[in-house]
Amino acid sequence: MAELPQVAQALAERFPALAAAIAAPRPRRVGCLVPPELLHQVIDHAVEALGFDRLCAITGHDERTAFAASYALSRPDGTVLSLRTQVAHDRPVLETVTGRFPGAANYERELVDLFGFEVVGLPPGRRYPLPDDWPLDQKPLRKDWVAPPKQAAAPAKREGP
Amino acid sequence: MPRVTIPIGPAHPSLEEPESFSITLEGERIFAAEVKLGYNHRGIEKAAEARTYVQDIYLIERVCGICSHAHSTSFCMAVEEVAGLQVTPRALSIRTLVAELERIHSHLLWLGVAGHEIGFDTLLMYTWRDREPIMDLLAMLTGNRVNYGINTIGGVRRDVTADQLGQVLAALDVLEERTRYYAELAATDPTLRQRLVGVGHLSRADAVTLGTVGPTARASGVARDTRRDDPYLAYGDLQFDVVTSDQEDVFGRTQVRVGELLQSYRIIRQVAATMPDGPLTVKAPRKVPVGEALVRYEAPRGENVHVVRGNGTDKPERVKVRAPTLANTASVARMMEKNYLADVPIIVAAIDPCFSCTDRAIRVVGGEAGGRVASWRELRRAGIEFYRREAGVDFGALDRRLAARLGPLRSRP
Repeated sequence: MAELPQVAQALAERFPALAAAIAAPRPRRVGCLVPPELLHQVIDHAVEALGFDRLCAITGHDERTAFAASYALSRPDGTVLSLRTQVAHDRPVLETVTGRFPGAANYERELVDLFGFEVVGLPPGRRYPLPDDWPLDQKPLRKDWVAPPKQAAAPAKREGP
Repeated sequence: MPRVTIPIGPAHPSLEEPESFSITLEGERIFAAEVKLGYNHRGIEKAAEARTYVQDIYLIERVCGICSHAHSTSFCMAVEEVAGLQVTPRALSIRTLVAELERIHSHLLWLGVAGHEIGFDTLLMYTWRDREPIMDLLAMLTGNRVNYGINTIGGVRRDVTADQLGQVLAALDVLEERTRYYAELAATDPTLRQRLVGVGHLSRADAVTLGTVGPTARASGVARDTRRDDPYLAYGDLQFDVVTSDQEDVFGRTQVRVGELLQSYRIIRQVAATMPDGPLTVKAPRKVPVGEALVRYEAPRGENVHVVRGNGTDKPERVKVRAPTLANTASVARMMEKNYLADVPIIVAAIDPCFSCTDRAIRVVGGEAGGRVASWRELRRAGIEFYRREAGVDFGALDRRLAARLGPLRSRP
């Protein structure tokens, strides 16, 4: 394997246990599989020591045996660090990152609404992105979710002006 | 002073799209604001998992009516990265050309909307007039004014001729002269200054912590532009400046966008001068291997993030879209604090939230009826007849009443 970029090396030095899980698939992209209990430490290190000051996106995944969330952090030189963490399929619980990135609230609400994650510490607020009357137990981005049968719409009223 | 909380939206005084605000006022000043999104959720990410990669290009292109090329290009780039495809230089240049034309069309549209929101409708008339030639150029190059359909996985679907490039460059010469006038206007006009300076303040520190992107961030002095920082398409070989402003307000956001128009003209001239020869596409596999790619793209509104995960079949395992407006809405509540209620429309419009303008007669090629172009007059008559037939509404009486009152000036179908 080619030599890992500086970011990957710095991460491996600080977290030797993660060294085997770090990959650099192409220039300016570094990925790492992080256990949930280490996630916040790794994010803190990436922000404070490695200069990753922006959270680009949080991507949820239903991997069938587990749920995963990928936190994509970026820094001014264009490098993106994707930290993927896996949590149990029957109890997907994550801790919020809004303490570090206040703009992340909507990204985390997406995980809650679309996948059914529980995000501990997420500040109170309106749900996003599903409508207020969407059933709370319907999590559409889960792989085993099937759309409920469509209810017949009430006949539209037609009146002239 | 007692605080009053009022709702604004979701049917909005300043936007064509639904978004709702709960605004707490102290007198006329905004004390706090809460933003509620999600009224436009269409389940596109879920729908993408049920369609093939090729079908998904057209689905993803419709995420947005204005930066449609930004979304379809991001999606194609992500799929190409997972599939290990090397897109040809000519295809990259054509994608870049359409991307910059799209940016010009979007920024001119925004400038007009901003003018409208502050009651400066002359600016709206000027910039939307200038946007038309860009839409026509896009229609000439791609066949469509919006949702261009130029991308496919592995390249582009249409070539660009030297004659077409000549027409693009000729239009840019006129537009550049006009844009320089707008730049001067944006810097010196007392109406714009008095209405925009200090409105919607967002400090540099807040812009970074709240994850703000695009012109909104650059107007707070954050010199980030994905085209330069994380080059994609042909941007790595092109010369352009990242336009920033230290104004940290709506005035700065206006200046940044006008400055970016001039940079887009510069980029297009370079693309036209260096358009490489070669094929338009490389052969793309129907099934995409297991793998994941994250793509960043500088859409007109800011950084657009797409994640595509392949699972070895012809349908993606996961498609994630993080559009720039979602990243920027977090900052809107901060921008509103301490401003006047009357400034809400321009503050919201200043992040350039997405809305679509597809109202246009199009030619149907190969449709059931063989396809034809209807004139506005024919469309109007068809509409009147439809309502008479379906709902029994007779516009004829109304028409005769109006004609009697307005006289011969009124045009009749």
